[in-house]
Amino acid sequence: MVGAVSLFAVSQYHGDLARMDEAFFLKYLISSQAAIMWMCALFGLATLTYWAGLLARSEFTMKTGSALTWSAVALGFIGLMVRWYESYLIGTDVGHIPVSNLYEVFVLFCLITAMLYLYYEARYQTRQMGAFVLLVISAAVGFILWYALDRDAQGIQPLVPALKSWWMKLHVPANFIGYGSFSISAMLGAAYLLAKRGILASRLPKLEVIDDIMYKSIAIGFAFFTIATILGAMWAAEAWGGYWSWDPKETWALIVWLNYAAWLHIRLVKGLRGPMLAWWALGGLIVTTFAFLGVNMFLSGLHSYGTL
Amino acid sequence: MNSSSHSFGKSVFELLSSMRFAISLLSILAVASIIGTVLKQAEPYNNYVIQFGPFWFEAYEKLGLYDVYHAAWFLVILTFLVASTSVCIYRNAPNFAREMKSFREHVSEQSLNAFKHKHEATTTQTPEALAASAQRYLEGQGYKVKNLPREEGVLLAARAGSWNRVGYFLAHSAIVLICIGGLMDGNLIFKVQQLLGTKKIETRDIPQSQVPAISRLSPSNPSFRGSVQIPEGSSADVVFLNVADGYLVQDLPFTVALKQFRIEHYTTGQPKNFESDIELFDRSGKKIRSATIAVNHPLIQDGIAIYQASFADGGTRLNLRGWNLFAPTASSFPIEGTVHQNATLTSAAGDSTLEFIDFRPFNIEDIGGDAAARGNAMSVLGGSPVGDKKHLRNVGPSFQYKLRDSRGQAREFSNYMLPLELDGRWYMMSGVRDAPNEAFRYLRMPLDADGNLESFMRLRGALLDPALRPEIAANFAHQALPQNAWGTEIEGKLTHSAEQVLALFAQGGFQPLGKFIEEKVPAAEREKAAGTYLRILELAGFEALKIADRQANLPPPKADDATGWLVRDTLNSVSDMFVYGAPIYLQLMNYDEVKASGLQLTRSPGKKVVYFGSLLLTLGVFFMLFVRERRVWLRIKPGHALLAMSSAKHTIDFEKEFTQHAQALDSLTK
Ligand code: HEM
Repeated sequence: MVGAVSLFAVSQYHGDLARMDEAFFLKYLISSQAAIMWMCALFGLATLTYWAGLLARSEFTMKTGSALTWSAVALGFIGLMVRWYESYLIGTDVGHIPVSNLYEVFVLFCLITAMLYLYYEARYQTRQMGAFVLLVISAAVGFILWYALDRDAQGIQPLVPALKSWWMKLHVPANFIGYGSFSISAMLGAAYLLAKRGILASRLPKLEVIDDIMYKSIAIGFAFFTIATILGAMWAAEAWGGYWSWDPKETWALIVWLNYAAWLHIRLVKGLRGPMLAWWALGGLIVTTFAFLGVNMFLSGLHSYGTL
Repeated sequence: MNSSSHSFGKSVFELLSSMRFAISLLSILAVASIIGTVLKQAEPYNNYVIQFGPFWFEAYEKLGLYDVYHAAWFLVILTFLVASTSVCIYRNAPNFAREMKSFREHVSEQSLNAFKHKHEATTTQTPEALAASAQRYLEGQGYKVKNLPREEGVLLAARAGSWNRVGYFLAHSAIVLICIGGLMDGNLIFKVQQLLGTKKIETRDIPQSQVPAISRLSPSNPSFRGSVQIPEGSSADVVFLNVADGYLVQDLPFTVALKQFRIEHYTTGQPKNFESDIELFDRSGKKIRSATIAVNHPLIQDGIAIYQASFADGGTRLNLRGWNLFAPTASSFPIEGTVHQNATLTSAAGDSTLEFIDFRPFNIEDIGGDAAARGNAMSVLGGSPVGDKKHLRNVGPSFQYKLRDSRGQAREFSNYMLPLELDGRWYMMSGVRDAPNEAFRYLRMPLDADGNLESFMRLRGALLDPALRPEIAANFAHQALPQNAWGTEIEGKLTHSAEQVLALFAQGGFQPLGKFIEEKVPAAEREKAAGTYLRILELAGFEALKIADRQANLPPPKADDATGWLVRDTLNSVSDMFVYGAPIYLQLMNYDEVKASGLQLTRSPGKKVVYFGSLLLTLGVFFMLFVRERRVWLRIKPGHALLAMSSAKHTIDFEKEFTQHAQALDSLTK
């Protein structure tokens, strides 16, 4: 589906970027920027729908929420695919995979988080968690909108020399599977804590289910984050001359990693369950967000590719 | 005695292998790492002194906070982590290995009955027949099964997911390996040598060849990471390692010569690629190889990797014109400079030193652009993603220098070669700042209609020249008054005021004028007075320009808008000159660029260990997290079967699997 629409979009360009403002489909639907904005809108709608469904206990409404999320994912993907193509239209030397700056990776974050969530939704046959997970995605969407409207960040920029590497294609997506998973686990932690206190408890899945998804999510996130960090180290070895430079971004990746390693140990080795781990998962979101965004905002280093 | 030391050792062992200790270590390591990201690492020590003051500077230095990750206490934490993980492996190894092989076949029927996950079924089949079909089923599910004859029947003991334990060994040994690899590439050897006093950091700014042996490391040094800048046409056989507030010189087993350094640009002007053509020679001067290195494409020689790290100026020759800012004429003098070298400037106030720091052949600046295009909702919703909206533009070459006076005080300047268009008019820009952490403040000097600085300089000279002042003032008064006032007392008064205003302005720009107004004029009328004085200055300025042009044998200036702006801009610029902080302005006329390539050279024997450890870590984590260890027992007696299941980790998947096995048993027993 996504592939077909992307191909259609690409065919509409006839190899000319200016067609973006002429061809109807491109202008309003599937030029990269239009598609990404549709993705944002659909994620917003999906959030509202999930909440409505949760509060009204309406399975049908929540199904609609899922459908909206699926469409948002599809459009987001189309947006990135088309953007990839557009970057080559700007100049063959400018063309690159759209995971190279803060704007692009935020779109990627929304997509990956949504897809991971949809996987759990299907696997556990429960849609109630959507209301919570979509909150984090909506926050990211909010950031995308602000970043585009206020900071004009949606432009495709050519790559700085250090980023022109094959490693980028692996390192960045792996990282975002990690970030996405950790975010999901944090939102589940929040749901767990509310349910434990009796808030929304009758509308949410059983505590064990929430707890189980939270664990799964952290496990998957941890595994991918491990790989991402290792790939990053290998890339750094090639680009900067050392696999580890204690650059702020690297160091914060380590901190995130240590945090979840400790979480897994407490749960698996000490066998601890319950609110304490849910709080911890929720707190993990702060650490993760800082590693993802805070480092770019407050600390400078080799990784300063997306500044605010 | 013996027993107490024995128990001490034992409790250390207990502590090291305890989970609580491990988790504390992970947390401490995380917190320690945070410190290093909050406090900028490895800055020049002077910056820290400025930031923290002398007392805290020293306190933080003692704590090693300027290089946290190489501080002794940080290494101690890492060592504890290695120790703790090793002890943990050592402690768990025998158990886990036994567990992996064992089928727990000695489990009693009684204990099976006490399992939380158990399921019973009645059957008409013989125990052997049921055992055979159950074994087939379990093996189909990925279990290893052992068939054990028991009194009155059979016990099937099965297990799956032993790789989970393998994962534990892999992942935890990996942590140890990675830390060891990291330590191999760290500066432990130097730290020890430093403690023993056999090596010392060099802090003086002296030529490399004069650095004494105590601050040099031999080519056989197993691990280092250093950098060097090589100008085009030169070579280097050492690299510099930054340590604390000084450096060490690392001798290389070969010589690197730079033939050429290239920067490729995108059409937008941003850099696209950095490349160096280098040649390597051995110690006897024989050429080993030549190669081109680029970002992300290093070269490896003798186990030493050579990276393209940065670029800099390699001693560009600058052709300059010096303008005397406070001379009463538009006078200039030629001057030559070379980047990274100094020149002496002699003036009435004493000698000062010109230190040429840098030259940049291009400067990509964000030239504001029209505000309407920014934040245009339509362009965000579906517009072109072409990234030229940032108004990035190459504004041409610039060079940087410091002017150090006889007392050693220095200011830094940054001058552009080409004029810049601001608010529709063109200016030469010269930036100045007092300290490296400040932003540049710009002196903008207006260009005349020919695009030159001469008109500005002439007018500036005339305004500052006391000898011209009576004439300027007289001409001004004459022009400003109607014919019937010429020759009257009013004209005399106006001439006097103009002279006074010009004199004040020549003393220090607008500032003394403002002060004068404050002292002499009542508060209510100050604004009006300021307006009047400004007007006087502007008109007098125009007269001054006329006189200056006449003296230079030029036609008189046109009385148009452009001249009006020239006068106004000149007044502003002259006023700014008094806080510019230098008596001269250096204008770049042309240059002969010499580039230098910044190379980083590393030898890191620990890298292989770290990579191998990383591989183990990845495998280990996957096995641990995604292979679940489960055990199943099936005790079959004539007419009856008891299924029990256990796992170290209870998840929903486990519950599901148990239900599935229970149902399978039901259908097998049917
Ligand atoms: C940076 C250091 C460490 C990391 C990244 C790490 C990682 C992990 C991970 C991901 C697990 C998987 C949890 C599971 O599913 O079983 C685990 C388990 C475990 N870790 Fe660590 N670990 C570290 C240090 C330690 C230390 C220092 C100890 C010793 C006190 C330790 C003892 C254990 C034990 C006993 C298990 C359970 C193994 C099992 O039952 O399967 N770990 N570790």
